[in-house]
Amino acid sequence: MAEAARIPLANAAGRSGLSVNALRWGAMVGGGVLALTGLTRGSKSGLAMAAGGGILAVAGARLRSGPARLVASSTMQVNCSPQQAYEFWSNFENLPLFMRHLDSVSILGNGRSRWVAAGPLGSHIHWESEIVADRKGELISWRSLPGSDMEVDGYVEFRKAPGDRGTFISANIIYSPPGGKTGSVIAKLLGKDPNFLMRQDLRRFKALTEAGEIPTVEGQSHGPRSRLVGAARLLNPDQPIRRDMGIRETLEAQRRLA
Amino acid sequence: MKAVCWMGKEKMSVETVPDPKILNPRDAIVRITSTCICGSDLHLYDGLMPTMEQGDIMGHEFMGEVVEVGGAIKPEVLKAGDRVVVPFTIACGGCFFCKQQLWSCCENSNPNYWMAEKLMGYSPSGLFGYTHMLGGYAGGQAQYARVPFADVGPLKIPQGIPDDQAVFLSDIFPTGYMGAENANIRPGDTVAIWGCGPVGQFAIRSAFMLGAERVIAIDRFDYRLRLAQKAGAETVNYEQVDSVLETLKEMTGNIGPDSCIDAVGMEAHYTGPTYFIDRTKQALRIEPDRPGVLRECIMACRKGGTISMPGVYGGFVDNFPIGQYMNKGITMKTGQTHMMKYMKPLLDRIEKQEIDPSFVVSHRVPIDEAPKMYRMFRDKQDECTKVMLDPWAERSRAA
Repeated sequence: MAEAARIPLANAAGRSGLSVNALRWGAMVGGGVLALTGLTRGSKSGLAMAAGGGILAVAGARLRSGPARLVASSTMQVNCSPQQAYEFWSNFENLPLFMRHLDSVSILGNGRSRWVAAGPLGSHIHWESEIVADRKGELISWRSLPGSDMEVDGYVEFRKAPGDRGTFISANIIYSPPGGKTGSVIAKLLGKDPNFLMRQDLRRFKALTEAGEIPTVEGQSHGPRSRLVGAARLLNPDQPIRRDMGIRETLEAQRRLA
Repeated sequence: MKAVCWMGKEKMSVETVPDPKILNPRDAIVRITSTCICGSDLHLYDGLMPTMEQGDIMGHEFMGEVVEVGGAIKPEVLKAGDRVVVPFTIACGGCFFCKQQLWSCCENSNPNYWMAEKLMGYSPSGLFGYTHMLGGYAGGQAQYARVPFADVGPLKIPQGIPDDQAVFLSDIFPTGYMGAENANIRPGDTVAIWGCGPVGQFAIRSAFMLGAERVIAIDRFDYRLRLAQKAGAETVNYEQVDSVLETLKEMTGNIGPDSCIDAVGMEAHYTGPTYFIDRTKQALRIEPDRPGVLRECIMACRKGGTISMPGVYGGFVDNFPIGQYMNKGITMKTGQTHMMKYMKPLLDRIEKQEIDPSFVVSHRVPIDEAPKMYRMFRDKQDECTKVMLDPWAERSRAA
């Protein structure tokens, strides 16, 4: 599928030097301090703090320098024909319905489109892309144009699943993560594995297609939540971190929503 | 509205919370007229299921009247005013699994699919009031509930059938029935059933419906064994025999039961040192489930027989007798109940008066008494078999 990728996918990993090292030591030392502080408190919230610090320290110790370019890819079986899936995907304006990190896509004509995505810490990332290949019911591929905030190339394939079980949809995004190599490491630290995020997006597409809606519990009733619940919600790897609210407000909002 | 909330291990509390709202086009809001405490809720009460959060609304056995439906629900399917039982499994009706009638394996009803995916490889369907890993849906021990995919799950109930006969179509009657169906019972078979709680009671009756000649029921509480005897079962009080295995061998002429049903699950009680070892490991969180009944089923089952497991397990077990299971050629079937497959046929049996499920009820109390009833049910005090809660009764009414 190299036709979609302007830049070859392989051997993207490289040494990233100081910044990742700094991050790694920061996480290890910071996590260690947090863990010790938590332990000396001897309370429940102290224990939670210690656990969080411990996780951070271990994650930090395991950090390796990130690649300059990431591939997010996943395959999902969906109960529809390849043609139906293709028709939905080929209108890029539909994508934000199920791709949680996309804010909007607008079609500009001539195979071009403008994309806005949620970046780290509430920033917005803009790019324009053009369609490279478009085979009805089979494949669409696109790539970002010069002048974009980041390189984002993508291709999606639709194949008939065996045994009359609908369609296998394989979606792939090749991108240079915001913040470069360090950015990809931070993303990993927050549990934002690119393949995981793509699978989650495809799962939402599957629900939209098969059930007509995406399942949710956001906004339902519940009893009084603890602060711990709000904090745990922030760690949900499926939720983009947006800057619209400060951490404290976010915690409170998560606690109310949960 | 009032709702029973999980506030931590062994901490249930009736809180006043906002009424539920329609969140998706296929939702409905149900005004609950009857709701129950399930034996599986006790695993949450005991804090053994991961991903519960303080403030979660409990309950997955409820029925009531539809008060509002979302925009995608056609009036001929469901409308305000309909009296419905709501199944505890939530299913979309459109995925591969729903089309195969494997409703409790629905792919699209768990918003937190990825959590269960990490633990189990793939996620089962979303459930009401049963951990965030299985959806995080607010449950039905409340005055109102939001019901997703309301055009698939809820079953309309004719006015002539009282709540205490219909409400058990929400879980335990179909669960006991599927437990028996999974046991591959053929006419003339002998079926041994561990656990004479509500699911066990329905499994006993269902086993007879499916042609079993003998049913042997195993428990330690005489009041539950008496209820089993009423349905025609022979009984074994495992605390009063040296060995359940030896007793079953004698009762079956050394052949063993054709089918064994584990209607107990992860918090089993049994005798001997293994019980204390498992109990300790569970308390230390190094063995999530206590598999004493499952081990006994595998030992007791006849060669080439079938084990059915409606009892709920959460994670991993130790000392699973896999060699015994393999060498004896046993088949094991299990799963959360594929509710929508069983509700209508079982409603028909209730309408034909083949069974009156209300026999299982031991306590009817206002919802305010729920926290007390959880403890009573867990500790099997006051001959507690099944607790029905009235969400609208005032506290003053006698328990």
